[in-house]
Amino acid sequence: MANVSLRNLVKEYDGGVQAVKGINLDIQDHEFVVLVGPSGCGKTTTLRMIAGLEEITKGEVDIGGNVVNDVPPRDRDIAMVFQNYALYPHMSVYENMAFGLTLRKFARSEIDKRVKNAARILDIEPLLERKPKALSGGQRQRVAMGRAIVRDPKVFLFDEPLSNLDAKLRVQMRTEIKKVHQTVRTTTVYVTHDQVEAMTLADRVVVMNHGIIEQVGPPQELYHNPATRFVAGFIGSPAMNFLHARVENDAVHLTDGTVLPIPESRRARYANAVGKPLLFGIRPEHLTDHRPHLPGRADLIITPEVIEPMGMETMVHFHLGDARDCCARFEPTVHVEPNVPITLTVDMNNMHLLDEATGKVL
Amino acid sequence: MADSMSAAIPAVAQPRSSSLQKLARRRSSIAFLMTLPLICVILGLVVYPAGYAIYLSMLSRRMDEFVGLTQYDILIENDTFWLVVFQSCFFAVTAVIAKAAIGFWLAHMLHHIPTKGQRKWRGMLLVPWVIPPALSTLGWWWMYDPTYSSLNWILAIFAVPAVPWLGEPWWARVSVIIVNVWYGAPFFMIMYLAALKSVPEQLYEAAAIDGASSWQRLRYITLPMMQNIISITVLFSLIVTFANYDIVRVLTNGGPRDLTHLFATYAFQVGILSGNIPRGAAVSLFMLPLLAIFAFFILRGVNQRNKEMM
Repeated sequence: MANVSLRNLVKEYDGGVQAVKGINLDIQDHEFVVLVGPSGCGKTTTLRMIAGLEEITKGEVDIGGNVVNDVPPRDRDIAMVFQNYALYPHMSVYENMAFGLTLRKFARSEIDKRVKNAARILDIEPLLERKPKALSGGQRQRVAMGRAIVRDPKVFLFDEPLSNLDAKLRVQMRTEIKKVHQTVRTTTVYVTHDQVEAMTLADRVVVMNHGIIEQVGPPQELYHNPATRFVAGFIGSPAMNFLHARVENDAVHLTDGTVLPIPESRRARYANAVGKPLLFGIRPEHLTDHRPHLPGRADLIITPEVIEPMGMETMVHFHLGDARDCCARFEPTVHVEPNVPITLTVDMNNMHLLDEATGKVL
Repeated sequence: MADSMSAAIPAVAQPRSSSLQKLARRRSSIAFLMTLPLICVILGLVVYPAGYAIYLSMLSRRMDEFVGLTQYDILIENDTFWLVVFQSCFFAVTAVIAKAAIGFWLAHMLHHIPTKGQRKWRGMLLVPWVIPPALSTLGWWWMYDPTYSSLNWILAIFAVPAVPWLGEPWWARVSVIIVNVWYGAPFFMIMYLAALKSVPEQLYEAAAIDGASSWQRLRYITLPMMQNIISITVLFSLIVTFANYDIVRVLTNGGPRDLTHLFATYAFQVGILSGNIPRGAAVSLFMLPLLAIFAFFILRGVNQRNKEMM
């Protein structure tokens, strides 16, 4: 097991297209780091550069204190789980898992011990003689993980391993991956575009966009204190509501004339924002049914347009300020009807103000 | 109540199942009618000639008497025929192995050239396969000519004595194999290239991370993944090479001393040139069981792998 460091890492393709634009990241030993971002943000390219499958244009990749830029993948002591599993179709599950050890000339008894131990951890013991074709998606994913585990490498790399699974299996495998990491404690770099996966699995989440790192931090930190508009909008489901606003007289003024008083504890923070074009950001869970005793609240009367009962909560969509679709999260016991005005509470203690020009959270 | 129900069930079920059967019957009838032209072509061009050849091989030389397997008995006791069997097997096996090896090497080289430049090389390397073999063999015949041989001229530059390409039995055998390999290797190349392109890149990446060197990737990933294409190409080529006619006919005409004859050229010589059509038919049918057994095992292996992997 080892630390992984990326220093000014750049990947430039032919024609000058930069997929990764000089990122810096330090991953601690035993840590589970998730690279998350939309398609084309450079997360997979970064992972492939760590694996040695992609040439590094500039910068350094350091694994366990050694710069590995010129070290081939086989000598980096890493294991990777691919999106399409990449199981060898002509080999049985056992042979797939044993392949790396066979190439490294491990003793047959040691190979057998490791494969059976990994199979036990992943609950695939009865499948060892089968060919990949005879396995379900979830089982293939387990075998791919088993192939990584048996090697006992310094670093695990996961490239969107759950993308090909259905929603139910994805949740189940997510738990499995977390469980495996808690057991083996190997340093892990995991790539996904699914922010729920990122939030649930990671010790630290790295949010990437357009080849740069937008923010790095523990999931809760990213959720409650996003640094940029991109992170604020990307993390959280449903996404944060953004409304054009300005600050005057210790209150947020929306474009439709709605005034939302800023709680006293936050006034100093936004003192310099007076008069600037801003975005008012608030998560759906901080727009709730009327709660008269909530400190730092602001009440609004809104007219719901669409109601989405989800069982454990009810999503209410309405028009506010210049936002055509604002989303609030109501208790399921609250009766809401479309086009019938209702009082809504804004939890101003969890509001965000963003500089419209820079996209930074103030 | 129970009686009335049991009486009602067949009354409802019967017309449904019979209409389904009718539909199935109609669908199969349509299918049969649609494949009928193909069946006619196969009957006319494959079954009838094959059956007729078997019938011919059981006639006397004058074709006026049914003699059973006598023609085959005579062949088995004929020394020249066993030379033909040896030469056909030697020619086919050596040429197919050489074609497969060269084709694989060329395909591998092409696969690693960027797509833009690859098209040009692919076109150039396919030229031998595109030229009619009788025509290209004439070119080779000139190159092998004892007086004007360009090959001997090149050898002379390096002070190597002239080679009797078509005059000495073993050199003649090697010469026809060289031409067959030159003509057939591009077919292997194009088939292997297609197979190489169908191997998912991620398998190589997974193997590289697992610790495989480039040789081990070839041994453990490329070859097993291409096994079906290799088997089918080898089978196809073996059948075509066994039945080769034009190269030997143009280059050596079976000589010297009947030592380069293949089944097809020997069957032509015996059946057409010597006027013993039943014997000629027996010669041409001799390799059929051999190839059938070979094809059976190869296709069984292909099916088995398909079931396991696809």
